[in-house]
Amino acid sequence: MTAVSPADAAPAPGLAVEARDVRVSLQGTEILHGVSLSAAPGEVVAIMGGNGSGKSTFVRAIVGAIPHDQGMISIFGKDATPDARRLIGYVPQRVSAAGGVTATAHEVVASGMLGYRTLRPPRGTAERVKEALDSLSVGDLARRDVSRLSGGQQQRILIARALVRKPELLILDEPMAGVDLQSQVALAHALGHLKEDGVSIVIVLHELGALTRLIDRAVVLEHGCVTHVGEPPHDLGVHALPGHDHEHAHEDPAQSTRGTLGLEGPR
Amino acid sequence: MSILAEPLVQRMLLVGLLVGMAAPIVGTYLVQRRMALLGDGVGHVALAGVAAGWLAGSAAGFAQRDVLAVPGAVIFAIAGAVVIERMRAKGEAADVVMAILFYGGIATGVLLIGMAGGSNANLLGYLFGSISTVTWIDVWITAGLALAIVGIGLGLKSALFAVTHDQEFARSTGLPVGALNLVVAVLAAVTITVAMRVVGVLLVSALMILPVAIAQHLTRSFSRTMYLAMGIGTVLTLAGVSITLTQNLQPGALIVVLGVVAYVATTAVTGLLRRGRPAS
Repeated sequence: MTAVSPADAAPAPGLAVEARDVRVSLQGTEILHGVSLSAAPGEVVAIMGGNGSGKSTFVRAIVGAIPHDQGMISIFGKDATPDARRLIGYVPQRVSAAGGVTATAHEVVASGMLGYRTLRPPRGTAERVKEALDSLSVGDLARRDVSRLSGGQQQRILIARALVRKPELLILDEPMAGVDLQSQVALAHALGHLKEDGVSIVIVLHELGALTRLIDRAVVLEHGCVTHVGEPPHDLGVHALPGHDHEHAHEDPAQSTRGTLGLEGPR
Repeated sequence: MSILAEPLVQRMLLVGLLVGMAAPIVGTYLVQRRMALLGDGVGHVALAGVAAGWLAGSAAGFAQRDVLAVPGAVIFAIAGAVVIERMRAKGEAADVVMAILFYGGIATGVLLIGMAGGSNANLLGYLFGSISTVTWIDVWITAGLALAIVGIGLGLKSALFAVTHDQEFARSTGLPVGALNLVVAVLAAVTITVAMRVVGVLLVSALMILPVAIAQHLTRSFSRTMYLAMGIGTVLTLAGVSITLTQNLQPGALIVVLGVVAYVATTAVTGLLRRGRPAS
């Protein structure tokens, strides 16, 4: 594949996140075969695709949770080093949120205040945690055991843990999965405010649902490759089928790469 | 009260206090990571280290052949803990590795102690604890190591919680996840060699895990679980040691049995209390 910008070229300035020709292997099997994505400040980009398309793997690589074999990932024009990840707020899939010892919502959210060279909670952590929980209307759950909360409440706690960092780039992995309607509305509301504040959002979604109005652009993955970039597809069930001839699909794979490089700019 | 004036009694109570307080700190992180059995695997490796130290001591012609036993245990335990951590990080089946360390540790220990001209009876003190033979030097070494465990385990509590609670999220924040995981592994190894003196290799895990399991019945906060477990561990070891001053019982085994009884009792009581309340 001939990409417009080679993967080793300097990251484009002015983008909140840029991933170029990223390849990731897990346990010896290549999951992502050179995928790209970009988001400008204040832009909301959805990553969509069926089960096993590699969308979760892609965001895990972007946030540095798993290593990538090849390609370039940059955050606000800088290589995605642990230091640069200061600007990221990551909301993983809810399954990873349980340890053997119970913890309160306050403790879980407070762990979001840590980072590169910040091994102890900085001054003002308690106030920031309260603020983050309140912004998602779960301030009253601060002292509760997270493992005993409902799915939607747990999801909001995990989002609060990302927001307590005051991120400039928010990355969410299937935040709507198994979440009650009330939590979905609260989440859409919170994301709308963040977008207005200029926060860039990359969100892995199975379906658009309550978030339809927020999405500026969608990147659709299939079997670890980008098959569509542009308007969010309305019926992903069909798009996600293997071998489906996508109505918006670019004829030339190089072009689809170009789209993901952010050369279109924000809308 | 005159019994407290006995230097041996003072030494036993001091070591019991230090170990009972320090062990549950690491235990909380291990339970959090669902690696409650790590202490057993590493403990058995530490036993091979005891025997290796013994062998080195007799080869060097030291009068006291066991003078290198504890340094040997520390080195072997750290190596074992680091190996398990590496396997876990790579996503390998840590339980199989631990099982191999179990057998390998014990078997190597028995072989090495024989080569050093010792008998398996020499190993028994390490298997079941030998708190009644502690010297003042043992007390000072234990105090130094226990204070290091408390200092690091509590000082890095937030970061170690983040890493053991949700490793992927911790990585996304830029925390040095690999280094912090190694800190947990090394703390566990040091705790095991320190606690080996009190309860022995075979029961060392119990002293790390039981107080945490009891504390989990009483509080839902991670921090409070850790502090409460430290208190419970201290009470258990002091109670166990105190009882054996007048009763002819094995201190290590008694401490663990007291812990199991306390666990069963708190399970029953909290279960009854919960039944009286509507579920939340």
